[in-house]
Amino acid sequence: MRTNADAGGRVRHLLAHRLFWPVVTLVVLLAVNASFNSSIWHLQWRDGHLYGSLVDIVNRAAPLALIAMGMTLVIATRGIDISVGAVVAISAAIAAQMIGGQLVVDNGVQTYVSRVPMPLALITALGVAALCGLWNGLLVARVGMQPIIATLILMVAGRGVAQLITEGQIITIYYAPYFFLGNGYLLGVPFSLWIAAVVYLALHFALNRTALGLFIQSIGINPAAARLAGVRERPITVCVYMFCALMAGAAGLLISSNVKSADGNNAGLLMELDAILAVTLGGTLLTGGRFSLAGSVLGALIIQTLTYTIYSIGVPPEVNLVVKAAVVFVVMLLQSAEFRRALRQWVVRRPLATRT
Amino acid sequence: MSTTRTSSAGSATPGLPPVLHLRGIGKQFTAVRALHDVEFRLFAGEVHGLMGQNGAGKSTLIKVLTGVFPADRGEMRLSGELISPANPHDAQLLGISTVYQEVNLCPNLSVAENIFAGRYPRRGGRGLWRIDWPRMARLAKERLARLNLDIDVTRSLSSYSVAVQQMVAIARALSVQARVLVLDEPTSSLDDDEVQRLFSVLRQLRSEGLAILFVTHFLDQVFAIADRITVLRNGERVGEYLTPELQPQALVAAMIGRELDTTSVARAAAATEAQAEQAPLLRATAVARRGQLLATDLTLRPAEIVGLGGLLGSGRTELARLLFGLDRVDSGALEIQGEAIALDHPAQAIRRGLAMCPEDRKFEGIVPELSLRENIILALQARLGIWHFLSRARQEEIATRFLRVLDIRAGDIESPISQLSGGNQQKALLARWLATEPRVLILDEPTRGIDVAAKQEIMNEIMTLARQGMAVLFISSEFEEVVRVSDRIAVMRDRRKVGELPGGSSTEDVCQMIAATS
Repeated sequence: MRTNADAGGRVRHLLAHRLFWPVVTLVVLLAVNASFNSSIWHLQWRDGHLYGSLVDIVNRAAPLALIAMGMTLVIATRGIDISVGAVVAISAAIAAQMIGGQLVVDNGVQTYVSRVPMPLALITALGVAALCGLWNGLLVARVGMQPIIATLILMVAGRGVAQLITEGQIITIYYAPYFFLGNGYLLGVPFSLWIAAVVYLALHFALNRTALGLFIQSIGINPAAARLAGVRERPITVCVYMFCALMAGAAGLLISSNVKSADGNNAGLLMELDAILAVTLGGTLLTGGRFSLAGSVLGALIIQTLTYTIYSIGVPPEVNLVVKAAVVFVVMLLQSAEFRRALRQWVVRRPLATRT
Repeated sequence: MSTTRTSSAGSATPGLPPVLHLRGIGKQFTAVRALHDVEFRLFAGEVHGLMGQNGAGKSTLIKVLTGVFPADRGEMRLSGELISPANPHDAQLLGISTVYQEVNLCPNLSVAENIFAGRYPRRGGRGLWRIDWPRMARLAKERLARLNLDIDVTRSLSSYSVAVQQMVAIARALSVQARVLVLDEPTSSLDDDEVQRLFSVLRQLRSEGLAILFVTHFLDQVFAIADRITVLRNGERVGEYLTPELQPQALVAAMIGRELDTTSVARAAAATEAQAEQAPLLRATAVARRGQLLATDLTLRPAEIVGLGGLLGSGRTELARLLFGLDRVDSGALEIQGEAIALDHPAQAIRRGLAMCPEDRKFEGIVPELSLRENIILALQARLGIWHFLSRARQEEIATRFLRVLDIRAGDIESPISQLSGGNQQKALLARWLATEPRVLILDEPTRGIDVAAKQEIMNEIMTLARQGMAVLFISSEFEEVVRVSDRIAVMRDRRKVGELPGGSSTEDVCQMIAATS
């Protein structure tokens, strides 16, 4: 009897866990996938690399996961950053323009030559991304603009900046070392996955082993009280926007490396919406305050898995956005405790009603 | 609707069945037992006072009664019929109308619109046509006339005083065929005349047969208006009393469960002369801020309680905010422990040993979703900075210590602070600041909306702290309180300090000083 009660308590505890519904969503999506194509679970080790559909999904989700982590912190401070897509384009454009690259045959040996040293290009791209975040952060924290308006400026202007850098062209990159970022493997695992994992761990550490998490949450829940308690809300807010933009910059590098080109017009297009969606799917409320970093990463995985599923089950490309929207709608409803309660009442009441 | 008009004012007899009867009501929140087996009777034509300390379960009982949330167990009967209102609107349709503590009206709408919000009278066959403004104004005027109020109902609500707004809230609640009127602390923001006016309206409604439930913290008010009193303590009903048969002392004893010792607060105002020699911890010279405070001087010395006496809007809170760096001064100088400083963020003040409990606990004090533990360590952690993170064990130790020292009643330190009662939240905020070991403590209305016993505990704590060397700036609307604890009283009026009085002055002295300087 007692163990029964314990088990019941444990189940209730599990159901109440904030990551429960994101995990369920992901598992269901994968199961649907598997029913169409059982090879999805198939992982193999070939040429010292890990191959398989799951690896593909995770690899492709990495840029979105990075942005979603940044977005999580922004949203936790009651903000939002809709300029991340534009920052992706800017960072990709800078890296591509600076590296350019050529295949040179020197004494019969093929070597790649970049326009400037690659590390310099990467640092510049990330630095400019961080500056974009500084701009956003100052508009929000210093000028006191509404976050959605403040970042709207860069969302619109940023694409223009990216096109200026690429001179309106799609720049193709011919420099193999750069391809490693988005396509390479380290210890058999895709390199982009390593980046996402390192960022996640570093952030997890910063949020739990320093007071950053506590401060961000108190700013998001009650800014006036946080200020009165001595929390420096402005520098923290600025840093959070900078971090978010930096993550967008890193995602821009991964994406441009993956497709070996930079397109000022289309790189990272609508990624801000995917990132916000990932955060929401992960159970963080857009009203700020309590947040879940792991949830947002799960959210990014859910979105990528959904995209993969839509392609793999052969949904016609014309309607795939509609299908995506429908699935997201259902998932959002299921995640709402209010909706579940209403649903339960409806299901429970109906048989009674039919009986009478 | 009212069936029991026979029962005249103030003499509701238990012979008649109660209009509203609650039995065996129980309500449990995750960690806290809010109500346990509570019985409550309300008769037609009576004003019934509901008393209890913060956390006694008054608010919970009212929320159960008005359908904000359901009770876990027990039954509610209205005129003998079993009811279970699903929400406040439902309760209102049943005849239970409520005016909540915070006035839930829209200040920028007109009085008439506020009274009829959500159910504007309309023209046309089925009310599909446009809003019938003239009829709405006429009906609103009628409703207010019932409350002896004759005002222009087309003007915006914000152009009237809080007292009038309160009347409008009552008029709104009464516009449905109400049998029971619940007033949750209606007088907390009213002055004496306004309270008397409200009471005359309540007496009239009572004579019309309405059953009125009146929740308040003010003992004199409950004795002035209530016919019957129910006392709650720790979520249980202590008893139901007829007001004439109850002595104030007995009521207080019932609320706190022990005899009240009023003498423990008395404090000799002798040490002031010795203090005058000591270097001031904080000295403000002609600090001013446009539209908020005219040039004001203030000095705080160690082990001294300085009271700020003054009416609402006299600049008390504004001065406190300037001293703490919440607002920036336009002119004047501020010195903390001899160091001249221009504050522009509370963090600077906190680093120099200042602490402040704000007037508005809800909006500037608590961080609702965070736990009691996190709320208590927040200021200390902010002072230490991001990198010197207090370990979980250290946080728990601090929180547990203050739970014990200040006698904060909570399930445990991990429960969200929003689940605590007002008095316990206030103590937790005090704990937040004491954890930073401040030299100067600014308390803006620390006892507002708090019951007698918690008030007493907080006042005693303040005394002890001052005795240990802390300088305290004490702001309160209750002059008796200011006079009782202060070593020195700075009297404020019309956004500036008009003078100082020594400790031991009477409330009359304060009032005279406010009145004299015009």
